[in-house]
Amino acid sequence: MSNPNPHTKATCYHCGGPCDTGVIHAHDKTFCCEGCKMVFELLDENEMCAYYDLEENPGIRINSDLGEKYKFLDNEEVAESLLDFHEEDVAKVTFYVPKIHCSSCIWLLEHLNRLDSSVIRSQVNFLKKEVYVTFNAEEGSLRSLVELLATIGYEPAINLGSDKKKKKTIGKPFYYKLGVAGFAFGNIMLLSFPEYLSINDIVDDQYQKLFGYLNLALALPVFLYSASDYYKSAYKALKGKFVNIDLPISIGIIALFLRSTTEIVTGTGVGFMDSFAMFVFLLLVGKWYQEYTYQALSFERDYKSYFPIAVSKIVDGAKEIIPLKNVVVGDILEIKNKELIPADSVLTSDEARIDYSFVTGESQPVHKHKGDKLFAGGRQMGASIEVETIKPVSQSYLTNLWNQEAFQKAETPINSIVNRMSRYFTIGVLILATITFVIWLFLDSSSAVQVFTSVLIVACPCALALTVPFTFGNAMRILGKNGLFLKNTDAIEKMAYSDTLIFDKTGTITLSKNATVVYDGEALNDEVKRWVYSLTNQSNHPVSKAIANSLQSDPVPIQYFEEYEGKGIEAKIDGHHLLLGKSSWVQQSDPIKALSTESYLAVDGKVLGKFTLQKEFRPGLNSLLTRLKEKFEMFLLSGDNEAEMERVQPYFEDRKHMQFNQSPEDKLEFVSALQKHGHKAVMVGDGLNDAGALKKADVGIAVAEDVYQFSPACDGILDASSFSYLDTYLDFSKKALRIVKISFGISIAYNTIGMFFAVQGLLTPILAAILMPLSSITVVAFTTIATRWAGRLIGSDQ
Amino acid sequence: MSVIYILIGISLLAALGFLAAFLWSIKTGQYEDDYTPGVRILFDDINNEKKSKNK
Repeated sequence: MSNPNPHTKATCYHCGGPCDTGVIHAHDKTFCCEGCKMVFELLDENEMCAYYDLEENPGIRINSDLGEKYKFLDNEEVAESLLDFHEEDVAKVTFYVPKIHCSSCIWLLEHLNRLDSSVIRSQVNFLKKEVYVTFNAEEGSLRSLVELLATIGYEPAINLGSDKKKKKTIGKPFYYKLGVAGFAFGNIMLLSFPEYLSINDIVDDQYQKLFGYLNLALALPVFLYSASDYYKSAYKALKGKFVNIDLPISIGIIALFLRSTTEIVTGTGVGFMDSFAMFVFLLLVGKWYQEYTYQALSFERDYKSYFPIAVSKIVDGAKEIIPLKNVVVGDILEIKNKELIPADSVLTSDEARIDYSFVTGESQPVHKHKGDKLFAGGRQMGASIEVETIKPVSQSYLTNLWNQEAFQKAETPINSIVNRMSRYFTIGVLILATITFVIWLFLDSSSAVQVFTSVLIVACPCALALTVPFTFGNAMRILGKNGLFLKNTDAIEKMAYSDTLIFDKTGTITLSKNATVVYDGEALNDEVKRWVYSLTNQSNHPVSKAIANSLQSDPVPIQYFEEYEGKGIEAKIDGHHLLLGKSSWVQQSDPIKALSTESYLAVDGKVLGKFTLQKEFRPGLNSLLTRLKEKFEMFLLSGDNEAEMERVQPYFEDRKHMQFNQSPEDKLEFVSALQKHGHKAVMVGDGLNDAGALKKADVGIAVAEDVYQFSPACDGILDASSFSYLDTYLDFSKKALRIVKISFGISIAYNTIGMFFAVQGLLTPILAAILMPLSSITVVAFTTIATRWAGRLIGSDQ
Repeated sequence: MSVIYILIGISLLAALGFLAAFLWSIKTGQYEDDYTPGVRILFDDINNEKKSKNK
């Protein structure tokens, strides 16, 4: 045994982690494992130690041996589907590397060509955690490149979803539109200055005409190009017999532009082109503010993001790598250690240990024997196994979820608060404008059209349209800073309306990894503790390991040791006979129905007590649930058995509110049943087994230890460390909604003032040029300050 | 006063120039990553020979 001296805490020069399994001394430095040392040597050899100068201990611990893991990249079809570009000997590829975390990472990844001469160029996008590599496909291969990255600790995430290019929420055309609108806005304002200063008398008529036509020329691209999305959206809504905010906006824009054009062309006035351009520009700025995205996070993952891109198939005893999509029923597949089973299949090897944590959230591997059915999504732990597929990949147990209704539903326009408001607003404005028009026909028919358009112009809900983007946009940023990353601003509004919370158990309210061992029974003296420690230390079973860890004693020699599969372990120590295992096995007769998480201990035939493995709750859970209980109806959905029901009992009303042994479909059904009863549900889950429920719920929030690493399709990703503030975030969303409502009030007040002038035919360009920006600026300032202030309350809680 | 035609023409041309520059910067993706280039520029060049050979 080469245990390190526990008093000196050595840290690894490469990764900065503690050297808890032994220190390796090399090159006057300490390393925690061979992997870290190897990377250092590789960098040292290539004179790349600048890596360590930029940041301290920047490295990433290498935890697994690669072996043949990336052999599938040698398959042409697979490789081609991953490459962005490949022609003759030049190939380009984009890797998503979740482990990029500091400037040293950028440095190393951008100097890949020093490690592998086939690399021509590599560039990092830190925010997206992507590396773009151009390499010589003759000299190197995709496989060698990926293996190099994996060797130095930057293993790219390659899965079935990788070959599909992500679509962006906001594209380049949007920025072109914004640029054009901003350009026109600035210049038109400049040319409108004579109007603002009422110096028309000094300026020649000739110039006025010139400025007018120049304004028109500048405004034309704004009208035809920059604002085009609004017309399209309004038209689409009208076609679907639906009113959205874009309809009154489009009416206002068109009225403004046509009225101004008429005035300029006929020489009757100078028009409102400045207001028009500013209006479009501000609207686009609002839209841009709202479309903020967490680029590095993915909210749209489905099973494809977890499944391997290729598998090894066994044909006549020989292994062959085929892309996953070519797998058909009846294929014999080889599943190596820690690989995912891609389709429902039957085990043809003798034994397997399958970890279904992906599907059920339960982290204890399940033993399977020859002929047992294995579900897709399980992970083999241990030696390679062979399986025969019985269902195609797309119709397996887990993947079937994605064919369900919840995933098929078309994107219906959300009945958001803005859209509901704008329905009344549009109708109100149109009625008012018509009444004014009719009255003016009798008063002075020559200016009736002018007044009519004035009303439409002034009613244009610019401030209204800016309220939501700025409030929710700010709220989304504040939540993001606090560890709740939302897919879009709609999620905030839906959160604000929610009245029901549904929690998944394993991995969501409990920690996914750590389990605490609780001993219950006759007190154990030090001697017995030593025995039990030595006994459990012999076994590789996860329960034994956990018990050994919890005891932390000194080992004593064992005379006899035997492990009984599925029952327990037996040993002889110092002449004493020890049994540890299932109740039925240890006690011979088992009248009480003991739970599988309990292990009984017997010494010399006498039962002393039991060890129970309890999943540790997330810190702060108790107080969180107590706080939430007052405001929400809460449910617990667990894929697990009822073992830990008692511990969560106090927080969930009754048995109806706690459902156990739930399959992914059950969870999905449960959520839709709640919704049918009028509940607005927030689902908080973590794994793929919750994917259906997360998607179906009004808001699906995925709890993740590492937000970059893992999350199923959802509306928001909650950093696990922020879990205990969930109630504050829900509260905050309600506050944000209140801010939106107040700001609607402000906006309507401004519109009323404008209307007061407009119906009397008193709306002058100068008045419009003051009133319209003023209302927008007030609203933007109010929402921003109010949201920040509400957000500061979140901060002070932490 | 006819000088104003020239002045306005020039000012509009200048403004158009800026617009073109903005559109170009969008097109070439300069706003897609606003973090990495700032870090990259601080890296010391190492062993220029080898680097230029690979370029």
